[in-house]
Amino acid sequence: MSVNIKIIDAVKKYGDNTIISDLSLDVKEGEFFTLLGPSGCGKTTLLRMIAGFNSIEGGDFYFNQTRINDMDPSKRNIGMVFQNYAIFPNMTVEKNVAFGLKNRKLPKDEIDKQTDKFLKLMQIDQYRDRMPDRLSGGQQQRVALARALAITPDVLLMDEPLSNLDAKLRVEMRTVIKQIQNTVGITTIYVTHDQEEAMAVSDRIAVMKDGDIQHIGTPKALYQRPANLFVATFIGRTNVIDGQLKIKDNKAYLVLPGDYEVEVDTIKKEEMHDQKVVASIRPEELIVSEHNKEGIKATIDDSVFLGLNTHYFVHFEDGEKAEIIQESKIDSIIPKGTQIYLGIKTEKINIFSEDGSRNLVSGVVNDNDVYVK
Amino acid sequence: MTTMKAEKKTFKWDVWKVISLSVLAIYALFLIYPLIKLLLQAVIVDGQFTLEYFQQFFSKNYYITTIFNSFSVSICATLVTLVIGIPLAYFYQMFEIKGKTLLQIIIILCSMSAPFIGAYSWILLLGRNGLITAGIKDLFGIRLPSIYGFNGILLVLSLQLFPLVFLYVSGALKNIDNSLLEAAENMGCSGVKRFFKVVIPLCMPTILAATLLVFMRAFADFGTPLLIGEGYKTFPVIIYNAYFSEAGTNHSFGAAVSVIAILITAVIFLGQRFINSKFQFTMNALHPIERKQLHGWKNIVVNLYCWIVVMISFAPQIYVMYTSFQKTSGKLFMPGYSLDSYKTAFENMGRAIPNTFLIGGAALIIVIILAVLIAYLAVRRNNFLNKIIDTLSMVPYIIPGSVVGIALVIAFNKRPLVLTGTAAIMVIALVIRRIPYTIRSSVAVLQQIPMSVEEAAISLGSSKLSAFFKITVPMMANGILSGAILSWITIITELSTAIILYNLNTITLTLAIYVNVSRGSYGIAAAYATILTCTTIISLLLFMKVSKSKEITF
Repeated sequence: MSVNIKIIDAVKKYGDNTIISDLSLDVKEGEFFTLLGPSGCGKTTLLRMIAGFNSIEGGDFYFNQTRINDMDPSKRNIGMVFQNYAIFPNMTVEKNVAFGLKNRKLPKDEIDKQTDKFLKLMQIDQYRDRMPDRLSGGQQQRVALARALAITPDVLLMDEPLSNLDAKLRVEMRTVIKQIQNTVGITTIYVTHDQEEAMAVSDRIAVMKDGDIQHIGTPKALYQRPANLFVATFIGRTNVIDGQLKIKDNKAYLVLPGDYEVEVDTIKKEEMHDQKVVASIRPEELIVSEHNKEGIKATIDDSVFLGLNTHYFVHFEDGEKAEIIQESKIDSIIPKGTQIYLGIKTEKINIFSEDGSRNLVSGVVNDNDVYVK
Repeated sequence: MTTMKAEKKTFKWDVWKVISLSVLAIYALFLIYPLIKLLLQAVIVDGQFTLEYFQQFFSKNYYITTIFNSFSVSICATLVTLVIGIPLAYFYQMFEIKGKTLLQIIIILCSMSAPFIGAYSWILLLGRNGLITAGIKDLFGIRLPSIYGFNGILLVLSLQLFPLVFLYVSGALKNIDNSLLEAAENMGCSGVKRFFKVVIPLCMPTILAATLLVFMRAFADFGTPLLIGEGYKTFPVIIYNAYFSEAGTNHSFGAAVSVIAILITAVIFLGQRFINSKFQFTMNALHPIERKQLHGWKNIVVNLYCWIVVMISFAPQIYVMYTSFQKTSGKLFMPGYSLDSYKTAFENMGRAIPNTFLIGGAALIIVIILAVLIAYLAVRRNNFLNKIIDTLSMVPYIIPGSVVGIALVIAFNKRPLVLTGTAAIMVIALVIRRIPYTIRSSVAVLQQIPMSVEEAAISLGSSKLSAFFKITVPMMANGILSGAILSWITIITELSTAIILYNLNTITLTLAIYVNVSRGSYGIAAAYATILTCTTIISLLLFMKVSKSKEITF
């Protein structure tokens, strides 16, 4: 049975130090939900509050209608996967997976059946009698996942489960995790600082910074219409360029370095007034032209050919640097020092208030807004 | 699962809080209370506050000289152990030494016999009528310098304690990454220069720790100066004499001297802490140093150094074992061999052997249980209460053994709790003496085990206590067991506390040796010493078998 997780006004303090203040969150039943943020943002702290390993200084945590604040961690029916896997080194793979079932005092044949099922599901059946020190990182990861799922928990919590694996295995395992979560259909909260990993596995992501949630949304919503400048820079790569918003004849124009003006028709009604702004233009939202003299004037510093795409590193006339990604062409790469003009895919770019706190472009979907007072 | 009431949040009783409070109660009763009684005994006479006994101590040159003596002999012994022990450890870790496993076993054995046995066997060898003294006199007509007094104490303590330096520094050398040494060499720093410029600084925290340990042991040891010191009186001897010269239950002067002893060791301890805080860094060897095979004269010198040093310090023990099989007549050794000494040993004090195992065993079990629990509290439940426990657990570390004995006698020789003369007080004393070391080693073991393993067990439905016993304790088992065997060896060779607390019913092997040495029954003493050494060797071999790491820490 999966549950819906509701967190209302959570507070975490270490002494007088408030790590998390008034954080609220709603995770849907069966959802793959990710807490994403730089280290020290409080994501692991929050996860451990849900698991019961950190005390809760305020607010309410619910699994469905049950308030779990004071419930013992062993009673919360949680499956947890730890960063270092936390496999019991003194037990075989099979005993590790069966451990939680034995604690429930289930009949032996049921324990065997359930253990078997998850050993097979995680494809570690053939290692069942091995001791953990004879397993590779990926295999240990599978044991950890099988052990967490074997108790048929209401919630699966994962704390940076892939951070100890090498790059290739990381990509492989995240596919495995996503598939298993789909098959089992369990409500999952996943913690990571790797935005690509988060995008790959999540139904929805909460981006955190300094103990606050900045934006909750689908990977697509976060990438294309980030709620603020922090989210824009944290999710994917982007060029941050200072500019001006000018309103002429009820139309909005973005003025960029070199006095390049471009019309944007995505600005929210209430933001339609002259103001200083910060534009977030992703590398693929810039269009390079060598001959057409329309756009921001720039000079190529360097280029990197990566097969599918070619990255150009450029600087503007005022010295600001930017990155551009273009689909590689069959003709030659533009040489260093060439002067180019950059056009903009205006419907895609995001424009933020000068302090970066609001996105002025319409179409932002932020599930966190319902909690903001 | 129903929702819990909010008021429960203020103070939740969990099983570890109960354990914290119980441990605190035990410390209060068996450590704090005796120490307070000791202090009161020293400053209050007939209900009046007085510093009379402190004045008595500081007004007599005789007493003050003992402090000076203790310091000078301890400082010298510490320096000598460093000079012998550090090169030995360096050679042992850097180069291939012939028979290195045997060498290590012997070094450890040297450190594990009671110091006074060393003193007594050196008397047998170098004393007025000693084997070597007599031999050299007969052969060359030369009189060797006297072994009694400062020289003897220094000799015995140095040879007894350098193995500690060896074990500590060996451990530190194992943590040095070979690439550090290669980098130094690469930058033109090699050989002796590298030893002083790179190796020694890298080992500095460990060397300081070893220095403190050696100094404390030398300072608190009283069996050695008692036997071999003769006119050269050290401070622990004064404590012992002060205690035994006072009649009845009035131990005021002994208590006053004890208080002074605690103050001195506390100051030294804090001083070391302060110096140590300047040398904090951590190392982790990805590529440990590999032993190199030396060639030519270098190889010979290094091998000779190691074996000569070790054999000199082991010689007395061998000689004691040898004399245990000699014929005796009264106090004198006679030509020829017999097992008479063993016979008499078993007849006279047969109780000593079972006592050693019963009292030592009981103490060991209590030490292990308490140490594991306290280590757990200190590492995993870091709160105010457990910080107090952690600090308290280190207190016995700075209190000389004889002072522990005196404090316990003062506290428990009157109602409501009379324990003097029982086996219980011996067990309590041994537990107090040994527990700081076992806690430290358990803490080290526990710190290696990530908390998440236990959390995994809890999230899979284990209770806190069953997670601890099912997961954490088995993971600690190896470390606990090897620590236990070492504790066992130190417990059975303990003298300075037991000598104040024992009577004929609670006598142990170590005490029996001491009693017989002081009576002059050298044959019987040798028999007991041999039995003790064999017990130690068997325990040590057991340790080697159990412990995967072969690391020995004190």
